[in-house]
Amino acid sequence: MPKLYDYVLSGSCYKVRLLLGMLGIAHETQAVDFFPGREHKRPEFLALNPLGQLPVLEDDGLVLRDAQAILCHLANKHDTSGNWLPRDDRFGPVMLWLSFAGGELMAISGARMIAMLNYPGDLVALQAKARTALRLLDDHLADRAQAGGLWLVGPTPTIADIATFPYVALSHDAGIGHEDYPAINLWQRQVRKLPGFVGMPGVPDYF
Amino acid sequence: MSLTDDRAALDQWYTLGALRDFPVGAETPSRLLGEDLTVRRLSDGVEVRAAGRTLPVRTDYGHLWTSFGTPEHALFALPESQEPDRRWIHCGPVRVRASGLRLVENFLDLAHFPYVHTDILGSEAHPEVAKYEVEQRRDVDELWATKCEFYQPKAAAASDEGQISKYMYRVVSPFNVMLYKTPPTAPDRWDVIALFVQPLDEAVSVAHAFMLVIDETSTDAELSAFQQMIFVQDKIVLENQRPSLLPLQPGRETPTRADLSSVLYRRWLKEKQLRFGTEPRTDLQSTDLPNA
Ligand SMILES: N[C@@H](CCC(=O)N[C@@H](CS)C(=O)NCC(=O)O)C(=O)O
Ligand SMILES: [Fe+2]
Repeated sequence: MPKLYDYVLSGSCYKVRLLLGMLGIAHETQAVDFFPGREHKRPEFLALNPLGQLPVLEDDGLVLRDAQAILCHLANKHDTSGNWLPRDDRFGPVMLWLSFAGGELMAISGARMIAMLNYPGDLVALQAKARTALRLLDDHLADRAQAGGLWLVGPTPTIADIATFPYVALSHDAGIGHEDYPAINLWQRQVRKLPGFVGMPGVPDYF
Repeated sequence: MSLTDDRAALDQWYTLGALRDFPVGAETPSRLLGEDLTVRRLSDGVEVRAAGRTLPVRTDYGHLWTSFGTPEHALFALPESQEPDRRWIHCGPVRVRASGLRLVENFLDLAHFPYVHTDILGSEAHPEVAKYEVEQRRDVDELWATKCEFYQPKAAAASDEGQISKYMYRVVSPFNVMLYKTPPTAPDRWDVIALFVQPLDEAVSVAHAFMLVIDETSTDAELSAFQQMIFVQDKIVLENQRPSLLPLQPGRETPTRADLSSVLYRRWLKEKQLRFGTEPRTDLQSTDLPNA
C-alpha cells in the first residue's frame, strides 16, 4: 500500500491527498512534524528525501519526492480511465501546467510560510511573483472558458488541475485574495465538485 | 504603530513563544502591543528589551512571558504541568490577521464546531449547545465556563469513534485562555489545551497553541497536526470577520455568537477598560469611564 509522508498544512502534500481521494487509492499516511518540529530536516527524513521537503511517497519499494512526480506516478499506475495523465496530444500541455504548479506558483507557498509561520524571506517580492503567476493562470482559464472548456487541458480534469488547485486555493494565507481572478474562481468551483474532492484547513469553501 | 497607552493591556503577562524557540546565544526580534522587542537568551536566563528598557521576564510552563507594565496578578496557575504522565505539545506560533480578543472569543465558542470543524469537533446533525454555567472568579480574576458538553465525531488525534466531550473553559487574562476536555483514552481526567495570544498590533496576532494531554498512542507529530488543523480552520474564519477589532459598544454587533461565555468575556473586558484590539467606542463621553 502506498504511504504518504504528510503534513496537514502542506499545500504540496494536499496535491497528493487530492489525487489519492479522487482516484480512491487505499493508502497510509505518516504525519511529519514539519512545523514547529522541522522533522523534515532531521537525518531520518533526509534519508528519504535529501532535499528535506514534503511530500514523499513510498510505493512498493519506490521512494518518490516532488508532488508533481508523485501525481504522475499515481495516475500512471492507478488511473484506468487514462484521462488524468493523458498520453495523446494533451500530454505536453499537462506537463507544462505541472511544471508551472511546481515552479512559478510556488511563490504562493513561500509567501504563505512567511505570512503565516513567520519564516524569513521577502514577503512583498514573493507576493508580486505570486500575482504574476495567478494573472497568467486566470488569463489561460478565461481563454479556455471562452472556448467552452472547464479544465486546464482538454475536456476532462487532469493531474494539471490537481497540482494547480492547492496553492491557488490557499493564497489567502499568503495575503492574496481571489477578487481579481474571476476565471480562476469559476474553475475552483468545478474542482471542488469533483467526486472524491477533499478540503484542507485554509482552503475556503464559500465558492 | 507604536506601543499602546492602554493601561489595562500593558499590565498583563504575555507569551512571546515557547522557550525552546529562543536558542541560547541568539538575539530574536519580536513584537507586542505595537512595539518591537528583542529577546536575548543567555546561558543563565532570558533578557527582553524594548526601546532601551528591560522588561520583566518569566519562564513558566515552557514559555517565555513578559509585560510592559505591572501585572496585578501573578501568572496563572497550571497544576497539570506538574503531572508526570502529561505530553507537552507546543503547536508552534501561527500569525493571524485579527484582533487577539477575537481569537479568544472564538476559542470560547462551542457553537461553531459543527460548521467550522465539520465532522471533527462537531457534526451538522448535532448543532445544539446544551446549557452550561459561567462564573467570574473574583479571587483569581478568571472567567470559567463549566458543565459544557458537546457531541464530537473526532474529539482528538487518538479518537477512533465519536464521543460526548465534557468541556471547561478558563480565561486567565484578556489574551490567555485554556480549555479542559475529556481525553478519548482517559474519560476520568482532563486534557488541557491552551491558546496563548501574543497581540502584535490591534488587528494582527500570533497564536501559540499549547497542550498538556493524556495520550499514550499518538506521535507528537499527530498531536500537533491535529491541533494545527483545527486552528487553521478557525484562522480563515477569523481573518474574514468584520469588524476585525472586537466591538464592545452595545448593539454594535448582532449577537449571533454572543452566547453566555462571550457575553461574560466582553463584560469583563469592559470592566477592565481594555481597549487594545477593540473597536473605538462612540457611545462614551470623553469624561465618562466605561463601566460594566
Ligand atoms: N518540489 C517540491 C517542493 C515541495 C515543497 O516546497 N514542500 C514544502 C512543504 S509544502 C517543504 O517541504 N519545504 C521545506 C523546504 O523546502 O525546505 C514539490 O513540488 O513537491
Ligand atoms: Fe474553532
